[in-house]
Amino acid sequence: MEKIKELDPKNRIDHMTYLPDMEVIDSDLDKRVVNAMNEYDYTLFTENDVLAALKKDVLSPRDFGALLSPAAEPLLERIARRAQTETRKHFGNSVMMFTPVYIANYCENFCVYCGFNRHNKIRRAKLDLEEMKREFEAIAKTGLQEVLILTGESRKGSDVRYIGEACRLARKYFKVIGLEVYPMNSDEYKYLHECGADYVTVFQETYNSDKYETLHLAGHKRIWPYRFNAQERAILGGMRGVGFAALLGLDDFRKDGFATGYHAYLLQQKYPHAEIAISCPRLRPIINNDKINPKDVHERQLLQVICAYRLFLPFASITISTRESNVFRKHVISIAATKISAGVSTGIGGHIEGEEAKGDAQFKINDSASVNDVYREIEEMGMQPVMSDYIYV
Amino acid sequence: MKDTWKLGDHEFTSRFILGSGKYSLDLIKAAVENAGAQIITLALRRAATGNVANILDYIPKGVTLLPNTSGARNAEEAVRIAHLAREVGCGDFIKIECIRDSKYLLPDNYETAKATETLAKEGFVVMPYMYPDLNAARDMANAGAACIMPLGAPIGTNKGLATKEFIKILIDEIDLPVIVDAGIGKPSQACEAMEMGAAAVMANTAIATAGDIPAMAEAFRRAIEAGRGAYLAGTGRVLETGAAASSPLTGFLAD
Repeated sequence: MEKIKELDPKNRIDHMTYLPDMEVIDSDLDKRVVNAMNEYDYTLFTENDVLAALKKDVLSPRDFGALLSPAAEPLLERIARRAQTETRKHFGNSVMMFTPVYIANYCENFCVYCGFNRHNKIRRAKLDLEEMKREFEAIAKTGLQEVLILTGESRKGSDVRYIGEACRLARKYFKVIGLEVYPMNSDEYKYLHECGADYVTVFQETYNSDKYETLHLAGHKRIWPYRFNAQERAILGGMRGVGFAALLGLDDFRKDGFATGYHAYLLQQKYPHAEIAISCPRLRPIINNDKINPKDVHERQLLQVICAYRLFLPFASITISTRESNVFRKHVISIAATKISAGVSTGIGGHIEGEEAKGDAQFKINDSASVNDVYREIEEMGMQPVMSDYIYV
Repeated sequence: MKDTWKLGDHEFTSRFILGSGKYSLDLIKAAVENAGAQIITLALRRAATGNVANILDYIPKGVTLLPNTSGARNAEEAVRIAHLAREVGCGDFIKIECIRDSKYLLPDNYETAKATETLAKEGFVVMPYMYPDLNAARDMANAGAACIMPLGAPIGTNKGLATKEFIKILIDEIDLPVIVDAGIGKPSQACEAMEMGAAAVMANTAIATAGDIPAMAEAFRRAIEAGRGAYLAGTGRVLETGAAASSPLTGFLAD
């Protein structure tokens, strides 16, 4: 078996030091988020703090902290009702639909929890333009108008030009192009914006850099602050909107949830025109592992976090993951989420019916609902599926 | 005599403008009919070009489509979106929305005035959505706007006429129809705007999120008609401030 040198901590590079090719921008958001997260002690909040937060029109970061605290858990029904009202005020009945398109799964990183990691023996592949074209055609036929283009994180395997070509091609089929690729420099984001992409999503996974270091052992992704500042570089590069997420359950989900919302909040304050999106992935609690682990993210805790995001950032787009159950997703779109994926295939080139994917998938999905299924489910909840609410200008 | 009002060369009897962005599509028709609306706004970015559920197919024929530039962050983008609207056959009406704040969605008056000037010169019937500031409204009027659309409260908040005193000033000073847009949450608030002398009221969230959408659309229509009626009748003298003194202050005047 191959010996992986980074399994020994002394062989890992410093996760807080930028690599030579990484752009440094003038920003203190990372320090401000980390300070606020370190000061955030959710055990100090009481029911009254939560009730006071629910009475406010515009919530402060402290109110957000109260809603994420254990004291808020017994009030979840009330919180959900208020979240639903806010969602209706800002989005009416609309629920946006999109699908992720995995165009490559080469990856230089070694993240211990991810199926794409470089030491995992999976079939690696990347779609050429002809294959992409067929993939996009198959997706466009379903009626979708928004795609999220994903690659594994490999500058070598999928360079910026390659991603740019994918964007240019995708623009011929779709109105909205989002990217979930490796963090890059602002001039590279500018180039991809010119190629037609307008949204960039980067998951920070965990805002606790000490924990982060133990999970992301090698590659570009190991550099925590470069990843943190990706959204700001994307905005500087001219992107219209940016997406944030912590993988809840990797570390203390209340702290990570707080940092995620506060990161988005500070960025919007600094760049008021930036459109904000939040995703809510979680690590599922392992059954029979430790049923009373207070840090596990069960559906109840996940809903609490999602509602807290909604009340703190009522204008933000919130995406609900395909990894959640059909029942959970359906109900969450009627409460707080505004965006949902459909017809998802996490394999490389997996959207063409009757053909096997060219490369292996990143993770298993819980709900393989087709575009039609999801469309119908949204309508069943009394909501309106919307394929695009966007114009590229 | 028929009580009508004009936007450019177009005459309307209904004083209720409906938004379209927050509905389930199959309820739009009933809302328009019960509202008696003759104008419905449509974000160009929502006008689907794909093959499923195009919002345009749900809007009843004969209703004037008022495309808006939502998504524009500055005058240049608003102008570009207006051109696109004209290209796809939405006519010459354009509601300008220039917004560069994703949190409160407050309009940028400066950029809006710039876009108004460009588009009015190109022959559009320009309807600027704005924060009720008299100087900005004058700029927009001078730039060729067909009306002024001040917000009552931040969009979607249903807080009513939070900017009432400033809207009153616009109604008094601007020689164009003043249409109260955004923030109107209840029929009573729409009624009050009309009593003040607004030419029309625009609402979206208040109706789209109501329990019974057609019933709420009708309630708004009646409130707007009532408010308009009150404005035309002239509010009663008892509503004027101060009472008539029994020995008048000016009684000393001799010749």
